[in-house]
Amino acid sequence: MANTVLIDLIYLAASVLFILGIRGLTHPRTAVRGNLLGAAGMLLAVVATLADNQVFGSGTFGLGVILAGIVLGSAIGATFALKIQMTAMPEMVALLNAFGGGASALVAGAVFVGTTSTTQALIAIAVSGIIGSVTFTGSLVAFDKLRGLLLPDAPVTFPGQQPLNLFLGFIALGCGVWMVIDPSTTNSYIAIVAIGSVLGVLLTISIGGADMPVAIALLNSYSGLAAASTGFVLSNNILIITGSLVGASGIILTRIMCKAMNRSLVNVLVGAIAATNSTKTDADSIYEGRIKSTSAEEVAMLLDTAKRVVIVPGYGLAVSQAQHQLRDLATLLESRGVEIEYAIHPVAGRMPGHMNVLLAEADVDYDKLKEMDTINPTFGQTDISIVIGANDIVNPDARTNPDSPISGMPILDVDKSTSVIVIKRSLSPGFAGIPNPLFAADNTLMLFGDAKKAVLDLATAVKESA
Amino acid sequence: MEAFIPLLTIFMLAVFVGFEIITKVPPLLHTPLMSGSNAISGITMIGAMLSSASSNRVTVILGFAALVLATINVVGGFMVTNRMLSMFRKRD
Repeated sequence: MANTVLIDLIYLAASVLFILGIRGLTHPRTAVRGNLLGAAGMLLAVVATLADNQVFGSGTFGLGVILAGIVLGSAIGATFALKIQMTAMPEMVALLNAFGGGASALVAGAVFVGTTSTTQALIAIAVSGIIGSVTFTGSLVAFDKLRGLLLPDAPVTFPGQQPLNLFLGFIALGCGVWMVIDPSTTNSYIAIVAIGSVLGVLLTISIGGADMPVAIALLNSYSGLAAASTGFVLSNNILIITGSLVGASGIILTRIMCKAMNRSLVNVLVGAIAATNSTKTDADSIYEGRIKSTSAEEVAMLLDTAKRVVIVPGYGLAVSQAQHQLRDLATLLESRGVEIEYAIHPVAGRMPGHMNVLLAEADVDYDKLKEMDTINPTFGQTDISIVIGANDIVNPDARTNPDSPISGMPILDVDKSTSVIVIKRSLSPGFAGIPNPLFAADNTLMLFGDAKKAVLDLATAVKESA
Repeated sequence: MEAFIPLLTIFMLAVFVGFEIITKVPPLLHTPLMSGSNAISGITMIGAMLSSASSNRVTVILGFAALVLATINVVGGFMVTNRMLSMFRKRD
Protein backbone atom coordinates (compact mmCIF):
# COMPACT_ATOMS: atom_id res chain seq x y z
CA MET A 1 0.00 0.00 0.00
CA ALA A 2 2.71 2.42 1.06
CA ASN A 3 4.43 1.40 -2.12
CA THR A 4 1.44 2.51 -4.25
CA VAL A 5 1.13 5.84 -2.48
CA LEU A 6 4.81 6.56 -2.93
CA ILE A 7 4.67 5.63 -6.60
CA ASP A 8 1.66 7.87 -7.13
CA LEU A 9 3.47 10.74 -5.44
CA ILE A 10 6.47 10.24 -7.72
CA TYR A 11 4.10 10.23 -10.72
CA LEU A 12 2.71 13.53 -9.49
CA ALA A 13 6.22 14.97 -9.23
CA ALA A 14 6.94 13.76 -12.77
CA SER A 15 3.74 15.42 -14.05
CA VAL A 16 4.82 18.70 -12.47
CA LEU A 17 8.22 18.37 -14.14
CA PHE A 18 6.52 17.86 -17.52
CA ILE A 19 4.48 21.02 -17.06
CA LEU A 20 7.54 23.01 -15.97
CA GLY A 21 9.42 21.52 -18.91
CA ILE A 22 6.88 22.75 -21.45
CA ARG A 23 6.82 26.12 -19.72
CA GLY A 24 10.56 26.30 -20.32
CA LEU A 25 9.81 26.20 -24.04
CA THR A 26 8.19 29.63 -23.85
CA HIS A 27 11.63 31.21 -24.31
CA PRO A 28 14.72 30.04 -26.21
CA ARG A 29 16.88 30.93 -23.20
CA THR A 30 15.09 28.53 -20.87
CA ALA A 31 14.15 25.91 -23.47
CA VAL A 32 17.13 23.56 -23.12
CA ARG A 33 16.63 23.43 -19.37
CA GLY A 34 12.91 22.85 -19.86
CA ASN A 35 13.58 19.87 -22.07
CA LEU A 36 15.96 18.44 -19.47
CA LEU A 37 13.31 18.88 -16.77
CA GLY A 38 10.90 16.87 -18.91
CA ALA A 39 13.51 14.14 -19.39
CA ALA A 40 14.15 14.06 -15.64
CA GLY A 41 10.41 13.68 -15.05
CA MET A 42 10.35 10.74 -17.44
CA LEU A 43 13.28 9.07 -15.70
CA LEU A 44 11.53 9.46 -12.34
CA ALA A 45 8.33 7.94 -13.71
CA VAL A 46 10.13 4.97 -15.26
CA VAL A 47 12.12 4.22 -12.11
CA ALA A 48 8.96 4.45 -10.00
CA THR A 49 7.23 2.00 -12.33
CA LEU A 50 10.12 -0.44 -12.03
CA ALA A 51 9.56 -0.37 -8.27
CA ASP A 52 5.86 -1.20 -8.74
CA ASN A 53 5.00 -4.57 -7.20
CA GLN A 54 3.47 -5.81 -10.42
CA VAL A 55 6.68 -5.06 -12.30
CA PHE A 56 9.29 -5.74 -9.64
CA GLY A 57 7.53 -8.88 -8.48
CA SER A 58 7.27 -10.30 -11.99
CA GLY A 59 10.55 -12.14 -11.66
CA THR A 60 13.62 -12.29 -13.83
CA PHE A 61 11.71 -12.99 -17.03
CA GLY A 62 9.39 -10.02 -16.70
CA LEU A 63 12.21 -7.66 -15.77
CA GLY A 64 14.32 -9.10 -18.58
CA VAL A 65 11.59 -8.36 -21.13
CA ILE A 66 11.27 -4.81 -19.83
CA LEU A 67 15.00 -4.20 -19.85
CA ALA A 68 15.30 -5.59 -23.38
CA GLY A 69 12.46 -3.35 -24.59
CA ILE A 70 13.99 -0.25 -23.04
CA VAL A 71 17.47 -0.99 -24.38
CA LEU A 72 16.18 -1.72 -27.89
CA GLY A 73 13.91 1.36 -27.96
CA SER A 74 16.66 3.60 -26.58
CA ALA A 75 19.15 2.41 -29.19
CA ILE A 76 16.72 3.03 -32.06
CA GLY A 77 15.57 6.37 -30.65
CA ALA A 78 19.11 7.63 -30.05
CA THR A 79 20.18 6.61 -33.55
CA PHE A 80 17.25 8.52 -35.07
CA ALA A 81 17.90 11.58 -32.94
CA LEU A 82 21.59 11.78 -33.80
CA LYS A 83 21.40 10.87 -37.49
CA ILE A 84 18.39 12.88 -38.64
CA GLN A 85 19.06 15.98 -40.73
CA MET A 86 17.40 19.19 -39.64
CA THR A 87 15.68 19.45 -43.03
CA ALA A 88 14.06 16.06 -42.33
CA MET A 89 12.60 17.09 -38.98
CA PRO A 90 8.98 16.90 -40.24
CA GLU A 91 9.53 13.24 -41.13
CA MET A 92 11.02 12.57 -37.69
CA VAL A 93 8.05 14.14 -35.93
CA ALA A 94 5.64 12.19 -38.17
CA LEU A 95 7.38 8.95 -37.16
CA LEU A 96 7.30 9.85 -33.46
CA ASN A 97 3.58 10.59 -33.77
CA ALA A 98 3.10 7.16 -35.36
CA PHE A 99 4.99 5.38 -32.58
CA GLY A 100 3.04 7.22 -29.88
CA GLY A 101 -0.28 6.20 -31.42
CA GLY A 102 0.92 2.65 -32.03
CA ALA A 103 2.13 2.24 -28.46
CA SER A 104 -1.24 3.38 -27.07
CA ALA A 105 -3.20 0.95 -29.26
CA LEU A 106 -0.85 -1.88 -28.26
CA VAL A 107 -1.07 -1.17 -24.52
CA ALA A 108 -4.87 -1.00 -24.73
CA GLY A 109 -4.84 -4.35 -26.56
CA ALA A 110 -2.49 -5.85 -23.99
CA VAL A 111 -4.76 -4.80 -21.13
CA PHE A 112 -7.84 -6.09 -22.96
CA VAL A 113 -6.26 -9.52 -23.46
CA GLY A 114 -4.62 -9.74 -20.05
CA THR A 115 -7.31 -8.72 -17.56
CA THR A 116 -11.04 -8.63 -17.06
CA SER A 117 -11.88 -4.98 -17.40
CA THR A 118 -14.63 -2.78 -16.00
CA THR A 119 -17.06 -1.11 -18.41
CA GLN A 120 -15.20 2.17 -18.02
CA ALA A 121 -11.91 0.52 -18.92
CA LEU A 122 -13.51 -1.27 -21.87
CA ILE A 123 -14.80 2.01 -23.32
CA ALA A 124 -11.35 3.53 -22.85
CA ILE A 125 -9.75 0.51 -24.54
CA ALA A 126 -12.02 0.94 -27.56
CA VAL A 127 -11.22 4.66 -27.74
CA SER A 128 -7.47 4.02 -27.41
CA GLY A 129 -7.71 1.40 -30.14
CA ILE A 130 -9.44 3.73 -32.59
CA ILE A 131 -7.36 6.88 -31.93
CA GLY A 132 -4.13 4.91 -31.61
CA SER A 133 -4.49 3.06 -34.89
CA VAL A 134 -5.72 6.13 -36.81
CA THR A 135 -2.66 8.01 -35.51
CA PHE A 136 -0.33 5.16 -36.37
CA THR A 137 -1.24 4.65 -40.01
CA GLY A 138 -2.13 8.32 -40.59
CA SER A 139 1.33 9.38 -39.41
CA LEU A 140 2.99 6.72 -41.53
CA VAL A 141 1.17 8.10 -44.59
CA ALA A 142 2.31 11.62 -43.61
CA PHE A 143 5.86 10.30 -43.27
CA ASP A 144 5.64 8.67 -46.69
CA LYS A 145 4.35 11.85 -48.31
CA LEU A 146 7.06 13.97 -46.69
CA ARG A 147 9.79 11.60 -47.82
CA GLY A 148 8.22 11.28 -51.26
CA LEU A 149 8.38 7.49 -51.17
CA LEU A 150 5.22 5.85 -52.53
CA LEU A 151 2.41 8.35 -52.40
CA PRO A 152 2.14 11.59 -54.38
CA ASP A 153 2.59 14.95 -52.68
CA ALA A 154 -0.79 16.04 -54.03
CA PRO A 155 -4.05 15.15 -52.25
CA VAL A 156 -5.37 11.71 -53.21
CA THR A 157 -9.14 11.93 -53.42
CA PHE A 158 -11.85 9.76 -54.93
CA PRO A 159 -15.63 10.04 -55.18
CA GLY A 160 -17.43 8.98 -52.03
CA GLN A 161 -14.31 9.31 -49.88
CA GLN A 162 -15.97 11.38 -47.17
CA PRO A 163 -19.08 9.17 -46.85
CA LEU A 164 -16.76 6.14 -46.75
CA ASN A 165 -14.71 7.69 -43.92
CA LEU A 166 -17.88 8.47 -42.02
CA PHE A 167 -19.17 4.94 -42.60
CA LEU A 168 -15.90 3.40 -41.35
CA GLY A 169 -16.03 5.66 -38.31
CA PHE A 170 -19.49 4.36 -37.46
CA ILE A 171 -18.44 0.73 -37.98
CA ALA A 172 -15.49 1.26 -35.62
CA LEU A 173 -17.85 2.78 -33.09
CA GLY A 174 -20.16 -0.22 -33.51
CA CYS A 175 -17.28 -2.59 -32.87
CA GLY A 176 -16.52 -0.58 -29.74
CA VAL A 177 -20.07 -1.15 -28.50
CA TRP A 178 -19.77 -4.84 -29.38
CA MET A 179 -16.54 -5.03 -27.35
CA VAL A 180 -18.11 -3.43 -24.29
CA ILE A 181 -21.20 -5.68 -24.44
CA ASP A 182 -19.28 -8.89 -25.07
CA PRO A 183 -15.68 -8.61 -23.84
CA SER A 184 -15.13 -12.38 -24.12
CA THR A 185 -13.78 -12.26 -27.68
CA THR A 186 -10.73 -10.37 -28.91
CA ASN A 187 -12.11 -10.20 -32.47
CA SER A 188 -13.87 -6.94 -31.68
CA TYR A 189 -10.61 -5.24 -30.72
CA ILE A 190 -8.84 -6.60 -33.77
CA ALA A 191 -11.68 -5.23 -35.91
CA ILE A 192 -11.39 -1.81 -34.24
CA VAL A 193 -7.67 -1.63 -34.90
CA ALA A 194 -8.08 -2.83 -38.50
CA ILE A 195 -10.78 -0.26 -39.27
CA GLY A 196 -8.87 2.47 -37.46
CA SER A 197 -5.79 1.67 -39.54
CA VAL A 198 -7.70 1.96 -42.82
CA LEU A 199 -9.35 5.16 -41.63
CA GLY A 200 -5.96 6.66 -40.74
CA VAL A 201 -4.73 6.06 -44.28
CA LEU A 202 -7.88 7.43 -45.92
CA LEU A 203 -7.93 10.56 -43.76
CA THR A 204 -4.31 11.44 -44.52
CA ILE A 205 -3.93 10.61 -48.23
CA SER A 206 -6.42 13.39 -48.99
CA ILE A 207 -4.10 16.00 -47.44
CA GLY A 208 -1.65 17.73 -49.78
CA GLY A 209 2.07 18.27 -49.18
CA ALA A 210 1.90 21.96 -48.30
CA ASP A 211 -0.94 21.24 -45.85
CA MET A 212 1.35 18.86 -43.98
CA PRO A 213 1.96 21.37 -41.15
CA VAL A 214 -1.72 21.00 -40.28
CA ALA A 215 -1.72 17.22 -40.65
CA ILE A 216 1.36 16.77 -38.47
CA ALA A 217 0.03 19.09 -35.78
CA LEU A 218 -3.31 17.29 -35.78
CA LEU A 219 -1.71 13.83 -35.62
CA ASN A 220 0.46 15.15 -32.78
CA SER A 221 -2.71 16.01 -30.96
CA TYR A 222 -4.19 12.56 -31.66
CA SER A 223 -1.10 10.83 -30.28
CA GLY A 224 -1.56 12.82 -27.07
CA LEU A 225 -5.25 11.94 -26.87
CA ALA A 226 -4.38 8.28 -27.47
CA ALA A 227 -2.00 8.41 -24.49
CA ALA A 228 -4.68 10.09 -22.37
CA SER A 229 -7.25 7.43 -23.23
CA THR A 230 -4.69 4.76 -22.32
CA GLY A 231 -4.52 6.58 -18.99
CA PHE A 232 -8.26 5.99 -18.61
CA VAL A 233 -7.67 2.30 -19.41
CA LEU A 234 -5.10 1.98 -16.64
CA SER A 235 -6.73 4.55 -14.31
CA ASN A 236 -3.33 6.23 -14.32
CA ASN A 237 -3.16 9.98 -13.66
CA ILE A 238 0.21 10.70 -15.20
CA LEU A 239 -0.83 9.26 -18.56
CA ILE A 240 -3.99 11.33 -18.50
CA ILE A 241 -2.19 14.56 -17.55
CA THR A 242 0.60 14.11 -20.07
CA GLY A 243 -1.70 12.96 -22.83
CA SER A 244 -3.98 15.96 -22.41
CA LEU A 245 -1.02 18.38 -22.41
CA VAL A 246 0.16 16.94 -25.72
CA GLY A 247 -3.39 16.83 -27.06
CA ALA A 248 -3.84 20.51 -26.22
CA SER A 249 -0.49 21.39 -27.79
CA GLY A 250 -1.40 19.68 -31.05
CA ILE A 251 -4.81 21.37 -31.19
CA ILE A 252 -3.30 24.82 -30.63
CA LEU A 253 -0.72 24.30 -33.36
CA THR A 254 -3.40 23.00 -35.71
CA ARG A 255 -5.47 26.11 -35.12
CA ILE A 256 -2.50 28.43 -35.70
CA MET A 257 -1.66 26.67 -38.95
CA CYS A 258 -5.23 26.80 -40.24
CA LYS A 259 -5.47 30.48 -39.41
CA ALA A 260 -2.22 31.15 -41.24
CA MET A 261 -3.76 29.64 -44.37
CA ASN A 262 -7.16 31.24 -43.82
CA ARG A 263 -8.76 27.83 -44.17
CA SER A 264 -10.99 25.78 -41.93
CA LEU A 265 -9.76 22.50 -40.54
CA VAL A 266 -12.43 20.62 -42.49
CA ASN A 267 -11.29 22.30 -45.70
CA VAL A 268 -7.70 21.17 -45.10
CA LEU A 269 -8.74 17.63 -44.16
CA VAL A 270 -10.71 17.01 -47.33
CA GLY A 271 -7.94 18.48 -49.48
CA ALA A 272 -10.42 20.99 -50.85
CA ILE A 273 -7.89 23.43 -52.28
CA ALA A 274 -7.34 21.02 -55.14
CA ALA A 275 -11.00 21.34 -56.05
CA THR A 276 -10.77 25.09 -56.68
CA ASN A 277 -9.03 24.64 -60.02
CA SER A 278 -12.05 26.05 -61.84
CA THR A 279 -11.16 29.52 -60.57
CA LYS A 280 -7.58 29.16 -61.78
CA THR A 281 -6.38 32.29 -63.50
CA ASP A 282 -4.46 31.99 -66.72
CA ALA A 283 -0.76 32.17 -65.84
CA ASP A 284 0.27 33.52 -69.26
CA SER A 285 -1.96 36.57 -69.03
CA ILE A 286 -0.25 37.54 -65.79
CA TYR A 287 3.35 36.69 -66.64
CA GLU A 288 3.49 37.51 -70.37
CA GLY A 289 6.18 40.09 -71.12
CA ARG A 290 6.40 41.23 -67.52
CA ILE A 291 8.90 38.80 -66.06
CA LYS A 292 12.33 40.35 -65.56
CA SER A 293 15.03 37.74 -65.24
CA THR A 294 18.19 38.87 -63.50
CA SER A 295 21.72 37.67 -62.81
CA ALA A 296 23.74 37.28 -59.62
CA GLU A 297 25.96 40.22 -60.68
CA GLU A 298 22.98 42.53 -61.12
CA VAL A 299 21.57 41.58 -57.70
CA ALA A 300 25.01 42.12 -56.13
CA MET A 301 24.99 45.68 -57.52
CA LEU A 302 21.59 46.29 -55.98
CA LEU A 303 22.73 44.86 -52.66
CA ASP A 304 25.72 47.19 -52.75
CA THR A 305 23.52 50.18 -52.01
CA ALA A 306 20.97 48.44 -49.78
CA LYS A 307 20.68 49.38 -46.12
CA ARG A 308 18.01 46.90 -45.05
CA VAL A 309 17.45 43.45 -46.54
CA VAL A 310 14.73 40.98 -45.50
CA ILE A 311 15.11 37.30 -46.36
CA VAL A 312 11.94 35.22 -46.83
CA PRO A 313 12.65 31.47 -46.69
CA GLY A 314 10.27 28.80 -47.94
CA TYR A 315 10.17 25.05 -48.47
CA GLY A 316 12.55 25.41 -51.46
CA LEU A 317 15.29 26.41 -49.01
CA ALA A 318 14.85 23.13 -47.13
CA VAL A 319 14.74 21.09 -50.34
CA SER A 320 18.04 22.45 -51.61
CA GLN A 321 19.57 22.56 -48.08
CA ALA A 322 20.80 26.09 -48.72
CA GLN A 323 20.55 27.39 -45.14
CA HIS A 324 24.32 27.47 -44.50
CA GLN A 325 25.10 29.23 -47.78
CA LEU A 326 22.32 31.69 -47.03
CA ARG A 327 23.77 32.47 -43.63
CA ASP A 328 27.22 33.02 -45.20
CA LEU A 329 25.70 35.51 -47.64
CA ALA A 330 23.89 37.28 -44.81
CA THR A 331 27.08 37.49 -42.71
CA LEU A 332 28.93 38.94 -45.70
CA LEU A 333 26.27 41.61 -46.19
CA GLU A 334 26.15 42.37 -42.47
CA SER A 335 29.92 42.89 -42.44
CA ARG A 336 29.23 45.71 -44.91
CA GLY A 337 26.73 47.35 -42.63
CA VAL A 338 23.53 45.96 -44.18
CA GLU A 339 20.75 45.25 -41.70
CA ILE A 340 19.44 41.70 -42.26
CA GLU A 341 16.26 40.13 -40.90
CA TYR A 342 14.38 36.96 -41.73
CA ALA A 343 10.61 36.91 -42.23
CA ILE A 344 9.06 33.62 -41.14
CA HIS A 345 5.54 32.78 -42.29
CA PRO A 346 3.75 30.35 -39.93
CA VAL A 347 3.19 27.78 -42.68
CA ALA A 348 6.52 28.16 -44.48
CA GLY A 349 8.00 24.68 -44.82
CA ARG A 350 6.40 21.39 -43.98
CA MET A 351 5.78 21.71 -40.25
CA PRO A 352 5.25 24.43 -37.63
CA GLY A 353 8.57 26.16 -36.95
CA HIS A 354 10.41 24.28 -39.73
CA MET A 355 12.24 27.37 -41.08
CA ASN A 356 13.31 28.52 -37.61
CA VAL A 357 15.02 25.21 -36.94
CA LEU A 358 16.83 25.27 -40.29
CA LEU A 359 18.13 28.79 -39.79
CA ALA A 360 19.07 28.11 -36.17
CA GLU A 361 21.06 25.13 -37.43
CA ALA A 362 22.91 27.48 -39.77
CA ASP A 363 23.80 29.62 -36.72
CA VAL A 364 21.44 32.49 -37.43
CA ASP A 365 20.77 34.54 -34.30
CA TYR A 366 17.16 33.79 -33.23
CA ASP A 367 16.53 37.49 -32.60
CA LYS A 368 16.70 38.00 -36.36
CA LEU A 369 13.94 35.48 -37.07
CA LYS A 370 10.81 37.64 -37.17
CA GLU A 371 7.19 36.55 -37.05
CA MET A 372 4.82 37.70 -39.77
CA ASP A 373 2.97 40.29 -37.67
CA THR A 374 6.21 41.83 -36.45
CA ILE A 375 7.93 42.14 -39.80
CA ASN A 376 5.03 43.05 -42.09
CA PRO A 377 4.92 46.75 -41.08
CA THR A 378 8.66 47.06 -41.85
CA PHE A 379 8.58 46.05 -45.52
CA GLY A 380 7.89 49.68 -46.47
CA GLN A 381 11.33 50.61 -45.11
CA THR A 382 13.05 47.61 -46.67
CA ASP A 383 15.33 48.12 -49.67
CA ILE A 384 15.44 44.55 -50.87
CA SER A 385 13.41 41.46 -49.99
CA ILE A 386 14.96 38.16 -51.05
CA VAL A 387 12.38 35.39 -51.43
CA ILE A 388 13.98 31.94 -51.46
CA GLY A 389 11.89 28.94 -52.45
CA ALA A 390 8.60 30.43 -51.23
CA ASN A 391 5.53 31.15 -53.34
CA ASP A 392 1.98 31.18 -51.99
CA ILE A 393 2.98 32.88 -48.71
CA VAL A 394 4.11 35.99 -50.65
CA ASN A 395 1.29 36.07 -53.23
CA PRO A 396 -0.31 39.55 -53.11
CA ASP A 397 -3.49 38.07 -54.67
CA ALA A 398 -4.35 36.88 -51.17
CA ARG A 399 -4.68 40.53 -50.19
CA THR A 400 -6.09 42.10 -53.33
CA ASN A 401 -7.98 39.54 -55.41
CA PRO A 402 -11.23 38.43 -53.74
CA ASP A 403 -11.70 35.68 -56.38
CA SER A 404 -8.36 34.05 -55.63
CA PRO A 405 -8.47 30.62 -53.96
CA ILE A 406 -6.06 31.97 -51.34
CA SER A 407 -7.97 35.22 -50.84
CA GLY A 408 -7.78 36.36 -47.22
CA MET A 409 -4.76 34.24 -46.35
CA PRO A 410 -2.30 36.36 -44.35
CA ILE A 411 0.87 36.85 -46.40
CA LEU A 412 4.27 38.47 -46.02
CA ASP A 413 4.00 41.89 -47.71
CA VAL A 414 7.30 41.65 -49.58
CA ASP A 415 5.80 43.53 -52.55
CA LYS A 416 5.90 46.69 -50.41
CA SER A 417 9.68 46.74 -50.27
CA THR A 418 11.61 48.81 -52.82
CA SER A 419 12.91 45.78 -54.73
CA VAL A 420 12.08 42.09 -54.54
CA ILE A 421 14.45 39.34 -55.63
CA VAL A 422 12.76 35.96 -56.10
CA ILE A 423 15.08 32.95 -56.20
CA LYS A 424 13.15 30.13 -57.78
CA ARG A 425 13.77 27.30 -60.20
CA SER A 426 10.96 28.21 -62.60
CA LEU A 427 7.65 30.01 -62.79
CA SER A 428 5.82 26.83 -61.79
CA PRO A 429 2.96 27.52 -59.40
CA GLY A 430 3.12 26.75 -55.68
CA PHE A 431 0.88 24.34 -53.84
CA ALA A 432 -2.26 26.39 -54.39
CA GLY A 433 -1.73 25.91 -58.13
CA ILE A 434 -2.18 29.57 -58.94
CA PRO A 435 0.10 32.12 -60.62
CA ASN A 436 1.78 34.71 -58.44
CA PRO A 437 1.47 38.36 -59.62
CA LEU A 438 4.47 39.19 -57.42
CA PHE A 439 6.75 37.61 -60.05
CA ALA A 440 5.41 40.03 -62.67
CA ALA A 441 5.46 43.12 -60.45
CA ASP A 442 7.48 46.17 -61.56
CA ASN A 443 9.78 46.00 -58.55
CA THR A 444 10.44 42.24 -58.80
CA LEU A 445 13.48 40.58 -60.37
CA MET A 446 13.54 36.81 -60.88
CA LEU A 447 16.81 34.97 -60.22
CA PHE A 448 16.12 31.55 -61.73
CA GLY A 449 17.99 28.55 -60.38
CA ASP A 450 18.43 26.13 -57.52
CA ALA A 451 18.43 27.96 -54.18
CA LYS A 452 21.83 26.74 -53.03
CA LYS A 453 23.58 27.53 -56.33
CA ALA A 454 21.88 30.91 -56.64
CA VAL A 455 22.86 31.93 -53.10
CA LEU A 456 26.47 30.79 -53.67
CA ASP A 457 26.65 32.75 -56.96
CA LEU A 458 25.20 35.74 -55.18
CA ALA A 459 27.82 35.58 -52.43
CA THR A 460 30.62 35.35 -55.00
CA ALA A 461 29.21 38.29 -56.94
CA VAL A 462 28.91 40.39 -53.76
CA LYS A 463 32.54 39.61 -52.85
CA GLU A 464 33.74 40.58 -56.33
CA SER A 465 31.79 43.80 -56.38
CA ALA A 466 33.74 45.10 -53.41
CA MET B 1 -18.56 5.15 -12.50
CA GLU B 2 -17.30 6.92 -9.35
CA ALA B 3 -13.73 6.03 -10.37
CA PHE B 4 -14.30 7.76 -13.69
CA ILE B 5 -15.18 11.23 -12.40
CA PRO B 6 -11.83 12.00 -10.70
CA LEU B 7 -10.02 10.86 -13.86
CA LEU B 8 -12.23 13.03 -16.05
CA THR B 9 -11.63 15.96 -13.70
CA ILE B 10 -7.87 15.55 -14.00
CA PHE B 11 -8.20 15.26 -17.77
CA MET B 12 -10.21 18.47 -18.13
CA LEU B 13 -7.96 20.47 -15.80
CA ALA B 14 -4.83 19.23 -17.56
CA VAL B 15 -6.28 20.26 -20.93
CA PHE B 16 -6.77 23.78 -19.57
CA VAL B 17 -3.24 23.89 -18.12
CA GLY B 18 -1.97 22.72 -21.51
CA PHE B 19 -3.85 25.47 -23.38
CA GLU B 20 -2.59 28.12 -20.96
CA ILE B 21 1.12 27.26 -21.21
CA ILE B 22 1.29 26.19 -24.82
CA THR B 23 -0.29 29.37 -26.21
CA LYS B 24 2.75 31.14 -24.71
CA VAL B 25 5.25 29.07 -26.71
CA PRO B 26 6.56 31.34 -29.52
CA PRO B 27 6.33 30.13 -33.17
CA LEU B 28 10.14 30.17 -33.13
CA LEU B 29 10.06 27.02 -31.01
CA HIS B 30 7.08 25.20 -32.50
CA THR B 31 9.15 22.37 -33.99
CA PRO B 32 10.96 21.61 -30.70
CA LEU B 33 7.55 21.85 -28.98
CA MET B 34 6.25 19.08 -31.22
CA SER B 35 9.24 16.80 -30.81
CA GLY B 36 9.36 17.52 -27.07
CA SER B 37 5.67 16.82 -26.61
CA ASN B 38 6.17 13.57 -28.51
CA ALA B 39 8.86 12.68 -26.03
CA ILE B 40 6.61 13.20 -23.02
CA SER B 41 3.69 11.43 -24.67
CA GLY B 42 6.05 8.44 -24.62
CA ILE B 43 4.80 8.20 -21.02
CA THR B 44 2.76 5.30 -22.45
CA MET B 45 6.02 3.48 -21.65
CA ILE B 46 4.72 3.08 -18.12
CA GLY B 47 1.63 1.22 -19.27
CA ALA B 48 3.79 -0.86 -21.59
CA MET B 49 6.09 -1.81 -18.71
CA LEU B 50 3.14 -2.96 -16.60
CA SER B 51 1.86 -5.09 -19.50
CA SER B 52 5.29 -6.53 -20.24
CA ALA B 53 5.40 -7.88 -16.70
CA SER B 54 2.17 -9.86 -17.14
CA SER B 55 1.88 -13.63 -16.98
CA ASN B 56 -0.27 -13.75 -20.12
CA ARG B 57 1.90 -14.40 -23.16
CA VAL B 58 -0.10 -12.29 -25.64
CA THR B 59 -0.11 -9.39 -23.19
CA VAL B 60 3.66 -9.62 -22.84
CA ILE B 61 4.17 -9.59 -26.62
CA LEU B 62 1.89 -6.59 -27.10
CA GLY B 63 3.41 -4.87 -24.09
CA PHE B 64 6.94 -5.43 -25.36
CA ALA B 65 6.11 -4.01 -28.79
CA ALA B 66 4.50 -0.99 -27.12
CA LEU B 67 7.50 -0.58 -24.84
CA VAL B 68 9.93 -0.46 -27.77
CA LEU B 69 7.80 2.12 -29.64
CA ALA B 70 7.24 4.30 -26.57
CA THR B 71 10.92 4.20 -25.61
CA ILE B 72 11.88 5.31 -29.14
CA ASN B 73 9.55 8.27 -28.58
CA VAL B 74 11.02 9.13 -25.21
CA VAL B 75 14.71 8.76 -26.03
CA GLY B 76 14.48 9.94 -29.64
CA GLY B 77 12.15 12.80 -28.72
CA PHE B 78 14.17 14.23 -25.83
CA MET B 79 17.48 13.83 -27.63
CA VAL B 80 16.41 15.41 -30.90
CA THR B 81 14.69 18.25 -29.02
CA ASN B 82 17.87 18.87 -27.08
CA ARG B 83 19.86 18.84 -30.31
CA MET B 84 17.53 21.39 -31.88
CA LEU B 85 17.24 23.66 -28.86
CA SER B 86 20.98 23.89 -28.36
CA MET B 87 21.16 25.42 -31.86
CA PHE B 88 18.93 28.34 -30.88
CA ARG B 89 21.53 30.79 -29.75
CA LYS B 90 21.91 34.50 -29.50
CA ARG B 91 25.16 36.03 -30.61
CA ASP B 92 26.21 39.39 -29.27
